[in-house]
Amino acid sequence: MASVPLLDVRDLTVEFATRRGTVRAVERVSFSVARGETVGIVGESGSGKSVSSYAVLRILDRAGRIAEGSITFGGVALDRVPERTMAEMRGREISMVFQNPRAALNPIRPIGRQIEDVLIEHALAVPATARAMAVEALRAVRIARPEERYHAYPFELSGGMCQRVVIAIALACRPQLLIADEPTTGLDVTTQKAVMDLMVELSRERGMSVVLITHDLGLAAAYCDRIVVMEKGAVVENAPAAEVFAAPRHPYTRRLLQATPRPEAGLRDLLPHPVPPPRPQAPGAPLLEVRDLVKEFRGRNGAAPFRAVDAISFTVHEGESLGLVGESGCGKSTTSAMIMRLLDPTSGSIRFAGQEVGTVPASRFARHPLRGKLQMVFQDPTDSLNPRWTAFRSIADPLLRLGGPERGAGRGALRAKAEELARRVGLPTDLLDRFPHQLSGGQKARVGIARAIALDPDLVILDEPTAALDVSVQAVVLNLLADLKAELGMSYLFVSHDLNVVRLVCDRVMVMRGGRIIEEGDTGRILHAPSDPYTRALLDAIPHLPAAAAPAGAL
Amino acid sequence: MTVPPKVRLAGRRLLQAVPALLGIIIITFLLTRALPGDPAVYFAGPAADAASIAEIRHRLGLDRSLPEQFLTYVGDLATGNLGTSISTGQPVLQEIITRLPASLELTLAALLIAVGVAVPLGVLAATRPDGWVDHACRFVVTAGVSLPTFFTGLALVYVFYYLAGWAPAPMGRLDIISLPPEHVTGFYLIDALLAGDVAVARSVLAHLALPALTLALFTLAPIARMTRAAMLQALGSEFIRTARAAGLSRRRILIVYALRNALLPVVTTLGMVFSFALGANVLVEKVFAWPGIGSYAVEALVVSDYAAVQGFVLTMALLFVLLNLVIDLTYTLIDPRLGLEE
Repeated sequence: MASVPLLDVRDLTVEFATRRGTVRAVERVSFSVARGETVGIVGESGSGKSVSSYAVLRILDRAGRIAEGSITFGGVALDRVPERTMAEMRGREISMVFQNPRAALNPIRPIGRQIEDVLIEHALAVPATARAMAVEALRAVRIARPEERYHAYPFELSGGMCQRVVIAIALACRPQLLIADEPTTGLDVTTQKAVMDLMVELSRERGMSVVLITHDLGLAAAYCDRIVVMEKGAVVENAPAAEVFAAPRHPYTRRLLQATPRPEAGLRDLLPHPVPPPRPQAPGAPLLEVRDLVKEFRGRNGAAPFRAVDAISFTVHEGESLGLVGESGCGKSTTSAMIMRLLDPTSGSIRFAGQEVGTVPASRFARHPLRGKLQMVFQDPTDSLNPRWTAFRSIADPLLRLGGPERGAGRGALRAKAEELARRVGLPTDLLDRFPHQLSGGQKARVGIARAIALDPDLVILDEPTAALDVSVQAVVLNLLADLKAELGMSYLFVSHDLNVVRLVCDRVMVMRGGRIIEEGDTGRILHAPSDPYTRALLDAIPHLPAAAAPAGAL
Repeated sequence: MTVPPKVRLAGRRLLQAVPALLGIIIITFLLTRALPGDPAVYFAGPAADAASIAEIRHRLGLDRSLPEQFLTYVGDLATGNLGTSISTGQPVLQEIITRLPASLELTLAALLIAVGVAVPLGVLAATRPDGWVDHACRFVVTAGVSLPTFFTGLALVYVFYYLAGWAPAPMGRLDIISLPPEHVTGFYLIDALLAGDVAVARSVLAHLALPALTLALFTLAPIARMTRAAMLQALGSEFIRTARAAGLSRRRILIVYALRNALLPVVTTLGMVFSFALGANVLVEKVFAWPGIGSYAVEALVVSDYAAVQGFVLTMALLFVLLNLVIDLTYTLIDPRLGLEE
């Protein structure tokens, strides 16, 4: 390369002091970013991708330190300059955008003031001029009515808007380099697209370099010039994006590409080794029939009541898996909570296994004979497990509460049943005595699934069961769910925001928006010939791997 | 007509206090009746015979039925009549008006000192966990809660009055030679300054110093602890990382970003500390012969002085209602997310 790179990281090693000694989170990592270039750092959790970028800005936790290596930015050795110089660089030359935008903003300070803080700190404004500049910064990130929004607090804005504000703060001083750490994780796909497009547009306009840290290969493929793949604290591949997707060199890159859901791949294609597909099930009699289901929430301050779910009807047949897809606030969680009888419907009927359960009060359903036949797997495998219970206790909980033959049979039988369930979900039985914090994300997901199938349910509601998992774990868990369904003859109601994932598991898909089901049909049809423009927009917003990345040839 | 939301909130909170106050009136009335000891016997003196006791009982209205007595009591309350203390012969309202400001002046001065020391201490301790400030903070906190107030009070008197002779004798709010300033707020310090009498103000301050310090040492501990914990949590939040990545100065991050977010639990603690400091006052007031409301209540309790005890409890209840209102309103000032929910 003829020109000197803007950012050059050489042999960076970051250590963390922990109770069990020093841990190397990142070891001898090298990469560089040229002026105007967008570089994607891709890896799964624990790969060290965030730590590397925190090290660049020197905002590591107190326990972390740069042990070796050099970081050069525009000719300045960032690892050696005094803290004072570094503070001047932060926000002015190098900025950062974070995951979870709402938490990344000061909750009790108007957003305009937060932008002003940065401008004044870096002497780009004085209090008299700061306000106009802050409004201008809000306008630059396409926030409508910026003069009004200047006074808004983060809790008054949507997640996508908050991320725009975070970007406005980061770009207020026109830095040369923007580091975006999972900037769109947790946002809806249409919002993700809008935020990413905005970032790309602004960086082009200003000739800014961008480092995009993400776990999503599709996102990196769509927006990056070059890709750095990290695994366990080390860089395993560093090449132009087109090359990485066309001819991945490192086996880990190949595995990652393979596990990423993509339009042409089936469920089994995500696994590293070929496995015969699960036995197809012919849909049987109707199992769950929902008719004209409505949930209204009381309006605040005498406002009109809010219809979260607006007269929806659908049927789940025996042995079928139905996807319920929609963006945040569309009413999908309210719907699943009503079916689980955690929430009382305002009107409408829920018939399950031939019985009307919609009229059973939510407070009494826990003792209903059908309760055991209806189970749920939750989104966050960590938060949905009792932190003070072992995996065994969590799995045994439904058996103890809702019976089954093991209830009175003593501890031995209970243990045997829990071990059988653990084997069924692929959880090593010696992990049964561990607590959630001693288990990995995938293992916790398995505990959640084992708990849900403990009572041989007929219907399992899967609420974004893989949203918090790494792609390679997601691939395995999705396959596990499909196998279990075939083995145990269950039906699924798969609630998700991610059409790409729903597609892999579901026979039919419903698309929900504003409390209504706007489209319903066979998965293939919805994906390839959606009739509703909103479904189309959802599909279009999903970033895809380039076709060349089809890893059939990669293995 | 549109009412500003904060005024509406204040109005609603005040309305919510009405049932609480009614309950307090009933309970204090019944509780004082349930106390052992017969005020008529006490009042009549050791040499009285049955007839004079009965006569006194009649005069005090104690021979009537409880509901009757209660109605008379409520009727009196409505006209601002808290009754007459049978031990001092003074109207209870008058006693409270002169004694409450003494207690409040002491408590507020103590809290001012406590906050002035505890909040910076907590903030510094949180910025350097396990640093020397943190250890100092832990020491002060432990010492503050484990030493009883009467002990610290006596120790301070011993050192600063008896040994060093810097402090005046622990004999109330003023020198014997000075006259109390003209009553405006009842807070001697403020009244003296309003009257422009610097000598009296100095004397008031000197008398206030030791008891306020005693109480401050006691109240400092929870405030420092809570500040440290809340600051640690605030400093660990993601928006602090954003602020650091944006290059904001350490000072701004600490004060504007972290401390303001940490204030909520600190204010809550402050409210609790204020209420128990008013209670802990009794011991401090005894040690320093402070003519406050705490010692008044204890004396009244000992002789079953119904009117005085009821007046005291009622005043305290009103004070707590007001305190809670102030705290609730402070919350909405600190955190815009609060106060909007109905």
